[in-house]
Amino acid sequence: MTATQSSPLTLISKSASAKTQAVPPLIEQLKGGLDAPICLTWELTYACNLACVHCLSSSGRRDPKELTTAEALAVVDELADLQVFYVNLGGGEPMIRKDFLDIVDHAVSRNVGVKFSTNGYYIDKAAAERFAATDLLDIQISLDGFDAETNDAVRGKGSWEAARRAMDNLAEANFGEFKISIVATRHNVDQLDDYKKMADEYGAQLRVTRLRPSGRGVDSYQDLRLTHPQQQQIFRWIMDHPDVLTGDSFFHLNALGKDTGETLPGLSMCGAGRIVCLIDPIGDVYACPFVIHDEFMAGNVRDTGGFASVWRESDLFQELREPGAAGACASCNAYDACGGGCMAAKFFTGIPLDGPDPDCALGHADEAVAAASAAGVVPQPSQDHSRRPVTLGAKPS
Amino acid sequence: MPSGSTDAATQKRPQADHPLAFDSSAKWERSAKIGLRPEPFGALAYHFDTRRLVFLKSPVLVELVDGLVDHDSADAAIEAIVEPADDRGRQAHVKALASLAEAGVIEPVTTAISFVG
Amino acid sequence: MEPKTEPEVTAVEEALVEEELLVEEISIDGMCGVY
Repeated sequence: MTATQSSPLTLISKSASAKTQAVPPLIEQLKGGLDAPICLTWELTYACNLACVHCLSSSGRRDPKELTTAEALAVVDELADLQVFYVNLGGGEPMIRKDFLDIVDHAVSRNVGVKFSTNGYYIDKAAAERFAATDLLDIQISLDGFDAETNDAVRGKGSWEAARRAMDNLAEANFGEFKISIVATRHNVDQLDDYKKMADEYGAQLRVTRLRPSGRGVDSYQDLRLTHPQQQQIFRWIMDHPDVLTGDSFFHLNALGKDTGETLPGLSMCGAGRIVCLIDPIGDVYACPFVIHDEFMAGNVRDTGGFASVWRESDLFQELREPGAAGACASCNAYDACGGGCMAAKFFTGIPLDGPDPDCALGHADEAVAAASAAGVVPQPSQDHSRRPVTLGAKPS
Repeated sequence: MPSGSTDAATQKRPQADHPLAFDSSAKWERSAKIGLRPEPFGALAYHFDTRRLVFLKSPVLVELVDGLVDHDSADAAIEAIVEPADDRGRQAHVKALASLAEAGVIEPVTTAISFVG
Repeated sequence: MEPKTEPEVTAVEEALVEEELLVEEISIDGMCGVY
């Protein structure tokens, strides 16, 4: 085997037999989609006891067409057969479903790991003990402010207290390491250090995710989204705290690291329809939880062939697995770092999908966002289960 | 109970920097606590206890992980399964197995009878 | 980040790049589009 001046990748393929081929970067392989999701989000119900102003699923009222218990358990079986390793349950408030424990227990019995996202209202001491005794279970408590004033302005009066009570109950029941998940907003981004301290005190894992203009979020987005300086602030903070989870939701900010070569942890790619997706309470399958809109609906688990068939054969998902064009971002030298950002953020601000992310860290979308808003081309979500008009509460001082 | 590892937020993880920690002359096997899902690029391995997710990025590596238990040592398995088993191929696969051992995807086979609780 | 161009590398660096290609770990939380 002669050494050449060619790249290491070429050297591998030259020195190996046909069996050991050069390996393209993982992210390129994942963009083409897999035969089954790696993990996915499953909203169990649109019913919710809260009315958070930015709710990505516009939840509140149960939908009469909700999957039955039998249908839900059949979905669990499908996911297990596909070897989906981990499912993120949510809603609305998933614990509202009377068969919630049945669904969780069945998933766990079939070796599908479960994380559920909850506002914590229903985690009393008994529930905490029950969860502590359940294997393969992660719990994620939602909180959007370190103090009640900041949090309740977004999530409603009493919600902070309920979340803290749930955390106390989990800690007392020796549940172990649960997750505390915050959506970063203009009003809580200065509280990140406090949050981290709180999580550390509970022995919990902190998770900070991006606010997207999805669901009810479309109305409060302009008030809650991060300013450009705050984006820089949070990019630096996440880089400095590698043990904080992000759900890979800030990869649009990787443009801020293009000169230093810094990238935020995670795959740094949109997983929608490729490695993840959403199953909603009535069995509709969407590309991800942030695009509950007809434009991004791939099918329904009640269709012939079930979830597997939607995942593998739907037109929408096949389209998403085609290589995308850089479009308006093609000439930007940060495109390799940010990949043009988030499809959902673009869609719900009326920006074309091959345009810049509305929160482009380099400011390339600022005009487009204003123009789309003025022209009234911002789409509304297709499903709205809100119980009543929801408005942003009093801003914290 | 969650069983997240202490560094459950582990991101892209470089291969083990201490090759001496992995004994390739010992017998290894795929862990019973992982789910291994074949993929076009190789496989996905998920450890149910630690929640760690590992991508095996070549079908040969997957074959190697599956075949470890049939050989008396990791070295022997590499010899038999990786083609060609030249220095570069051997080193690459030993290093890969070291990473997989650290992630709990593979475990040493104990010769003593073990009582599984 | 994968380097866009392949610079001249020493034999040791070649080995490291090769190794990096075979195993990659990601957090189960490291995928965008889930809760």
